[in-house]
Amino acid sequence: MGDYVRQMPHQSSADLAKPPSTAARMHIDVPLLLLLLALTVYGLFVLYSASGQSMAAVVRQGRYFAVAYVIMILGAQISLQRYTRWSPWLYLGGVGTLLAVMFFGVGAKGAQRWLEIGGFRFQPSEIMKLVVPMAVAWYLSDRILPPSFRHVMAGLALVAVPAGLILQQPDLGTSLLIAASGLFVLFMAGIGWRYIIGALVLAIASAWPAWMFVLKEYQKQRILTMLNPESDKLGAGWNIIQSKTAIGSGGWEGKGWLSGTQSQLDFLPESHTDFIIAVLAEEFGLRGVLLLMTLYALILLRGFWIGVQAQTSFGRMMAGSLTLTFFVYIFVNMGMVAGLLPVVGVPLPLVSAGGTSVVTLMAGFGLLMAVSTEKRMVGQ
Amino acid sequence: MKAVSARQKKKPQVMWRLYLVVGLLLSMLALLVGRVLSLQILETDRGYSFLQDQGDARSLRSAEIPAYRGVITDRRGEPLAVSTPVISLWADPRLLADSERLPELADALEMPRSELEDRLRRYQGKRFMYLQRHRVPHEAREILARRIPGVYGEREYRRFYPSGEVAAQLVGFTNVDDEGIDGIELAYNDWLKGVPGKKQYIKNLKGKMVRDIGVVQPARPGKDLRLSIDLRLQTLQHRELRKAVTAAGAASGSVVTLDAKTGEVLAMVNYPVYNPNSRKGVKASQMRNRAITDTYEPGSTMKSLTLVAALESGRYTTDTLIDTAPGWIRVGPKTYPDPRNYGEITLSRVIEKSSQVGVTKLAVELGHEPIWEVFRRFGIGQAMNTGFPGESSGMLPNRSRWYSTERIALAFGYGITTTPLQLARAYAVFANGGVQRPVSLLALEDELPEGVQVVSPDIAAQVLDVLHAVTGEHGTAKKARVDGFDVGGKTGTVHKVGPQGYIEDSYVALFAGVAPVEDPRVVTVVVINEPKGEDYGGGAAAAPVFSAVTSGALRLLGVTPTEFPEEDVAQAGSSQGGAA
Repeated sequence: MGDYVRQMPHQSSADLAKPPSTAARMHIDVPLLLLLLALTVYGLFVLYSASGQSMAAVVRQGRYFAVAYVIMILGAQISLQRYTRWSPWLYLGGVGTLLAVMFFGVGAKGAQRWLEIGGFRFQPSEIMKLVVPMAVAWYLSDRILPPSFRHVMAGLALVAVPAGLILQQPDLGTSLLIAASGLFVLFMAGIGWRYIIGALVLAIASAWPAWMFVLKEYQKQRILTMLNPESDKLGAGWNIIQSKTAIGSGGWEGKGWLSGTQSQLDFLPESHTDFIIAVLAEEFGLRGVLLLMTLYALILLRGFWIGVQAQTSFGRMMAGSLTLTFFVYIFVNMGMVAGLLPVVGVPLPLVSAGGTSVVTLMAGFGLLMAVSTEKRMVGQ
Repeated sequence: MKAVSARQKKKPQVMWRLYLVVGLLLSMLALLVGRVLSLQILETDRGYSFLQDQGDARSLRSAEIPAYRGVITDRRGEPLAVSTPVISLWADPRLLADSERLPELADALEMPRSELEDRLRRYQGKRFMYLQRHRVPHEAREILARRIPGVYGEREYRRFYPSGEVAAQLVGFTNVDDEGIDGIELAYNDWLKGVPGKKQYIKNLKGKMVRDIGVVQPARPGKDLRLSIDLRLQTLQHRELRKAVTAAGAASGSVVTLDAKTGEVLAMVNYPVYNPNSRKGVKASQMRNRAITDTYEPGSTMKSLTLVAALESGRYTTDTLIDTAPGWIRVGPKTYPDPRNYGEITLSRVIEKSSQVGVTKLAVELGHEPIWEVFRRFGIGQAMNTGFPGESSGMLPNRSRWYSTERIALAFGYGITTTPLQLARAYAVFANGGVQRPVSLLALEDELPEGVQVVSPDIAAQVLDVLHAVTGEHGTAKKARVDGFDVGGKTGTVHKVGPQGYIEDSYVALFAGVAPVEDPRVVTVVVINEPKGEDYGGGAAAAPVFSAVTSGALRLLGVTPTEFPEEDVAQAGSSQGGAA
């Protein structure tokens, strides 16, 4: 408790007797909200430049954010018990929609990922990013922790079913993200190190068969391109070369807002979506990157803090898993743009244009706020 | 409370795990920052400065600002070659290939649509192809105003030659890229062409200019060039030569006129000619500046140089009597005939009559060495260093063993070759008191270049007298006379050389002369190649051209006539007094 007080000076121990603040009553974690707002504003500035100075794009993204914030606040109102109770049904519903996608889904570019109902399109795999960790956490929250071998296996199965369904859409990136978010729950549940080490050994051992039998040609190509983008400058290597050039030519100060040559002159593909960090790096320089990284780091720390303070193992596992997932987004996206990871379609969280990921992420933060305020209720 | 107790029991282990994870994540973020740092700040291999250059390389473009090419004028400033601004239309085939406005573009270009499509196919995937070069600016602007995506304009200069074919071979021409290809345009290309300027702009991925940075280095226009020719004389010669060549049914011809005092080329024409403004279908033979590039055997025109050798030997004067009876002479296996038996005549008359027998006796008496040496001194077979592309040096062979016929042939001007310009340079020595000056195609601005005294003034004067006599009553070149002036010269008629030696009925008619003889101002050489019919000789085919050309040249130079046509004497005498 003492640590927490130091973090929140406006709510000293003397205030404990007082009725809860407005924010607390509304189940809002104020530091997290402020950080998210700062990131949102920063992101919209970058987006304006990255979209070729299109106000329309900014307004559209702003609307997504408005929806996402509403969902986050609504999500924060729901108690954790209710989340726990809903988890199995949400999970079953999610798997059901994934199966529906398999049979009735619509798609583009050779992948069948979307479900269309009455003219409204949505991607069930997005929802699973939240539902899978919830389901695993729900399953484990009733067990004795650390979980026994049987429970670990059951948890793994909960992860494997949706991950497998998404993998065959095919959508390797999302599948891995969902698998990771479920595995993070297992990790947070405190599974033994032998499982972790065993999994790592298994992963390394399966790298070669995966390369040979599982990965598709274009996926292998992406990995090869990452290792040597110069081998196909005008084709697969183009994105990565252009983005590295954009980042590198920014320097410490950057070229100035709206003045990046790589991004403004259309050299940088996907500049407003997956590669938006390159625009930021080019125009705001290393300073801008450090500012963004600081915001992200603070959000991550806040997320883990909420996890540490969680009153229930469900809350703790959810908070840890959601935060880790958020981190994976950042790391995969930035690693890809900086040429450290192969190109996979992962947006830069809360900065890249696009509604789906914003809504999913903010819903996740809503859950996180539900975890954080639950603790407070119990504390009083 | 069950959850709480579970937490309390397991918390230490999970906390430890969390801190580990947080530490791991933060270090991974640090790794990302480090990566960005190495790209943005550190001067590693392929680091900041490399990538910054790369960034510029993608967007920063320089374009050439074409430099204005210098004007070529004649000695009086009349333009011979000028540049005018034009616009070249080009396209980005990648943008244009699928355009729906191809028919519109083809119409605007007045180009069949199939041709446009063919060319687009040929340049498929490329980023540049010319649509049409050198359009008149206002027409090109009309096409550009249609704003067809992928169609652009580029400013260039196009060369025009106002004098057309008159000075075509001398001036030469440039290619479509404004580079000299032939003639003076090539020889003085570096002088004329100037230095293109540089401007920079920023382009986007599609190659479109998005921002003009401006002129980095302004274009430095080329320098003008003033040639030594006088366009009026050049035009006159062109006309006269064409007339003569067509009249004689000849294959080709050249006339070159030098300023006797300075060595400047006052006119240099050839036939056939071409129009430098429209070179389609022009054959290379039309483009040759034959007066400089083609060599001929000079034939009897060399006899005046043989005369120099005779006079220099001290054994002869122009009045020395030589017996040419019986009208033919045998040397080795060959017989050299005169048209008739001239009997005993003076050396001067030998040249006037161009007597084979007389010159043969001279050659036998003198030996070939002094004659060869005079030829060399006068510049036969010696480079002229005009810098003109394709300039030929002619040939004066220096044999280790001479056949007797070769020795005699040398004195006749056979077995050697000269260009018309070389021949003119040799005759200019007589006209300039024995001093030879370098030939110049450019107008001389300052003082004259250093001359070389190749023969004594006295001998030069004696030869002039003999050359004057050649155009006199007994001479072979009566048709070379010019009303109002005393002129001098020497004819030459040589057999053309074919694969089997000299061709019986194929000739080159030559005339080399100076005017006026008292104080020579111009030296002119006329070469008519392969005249047909009766009038194939130098006196009949070439001398009249000399007369017409020299008459015009002297008039243009404002030389006062030395004698007046008889009916004008009284009138002219009253106004010009003692001019004669």
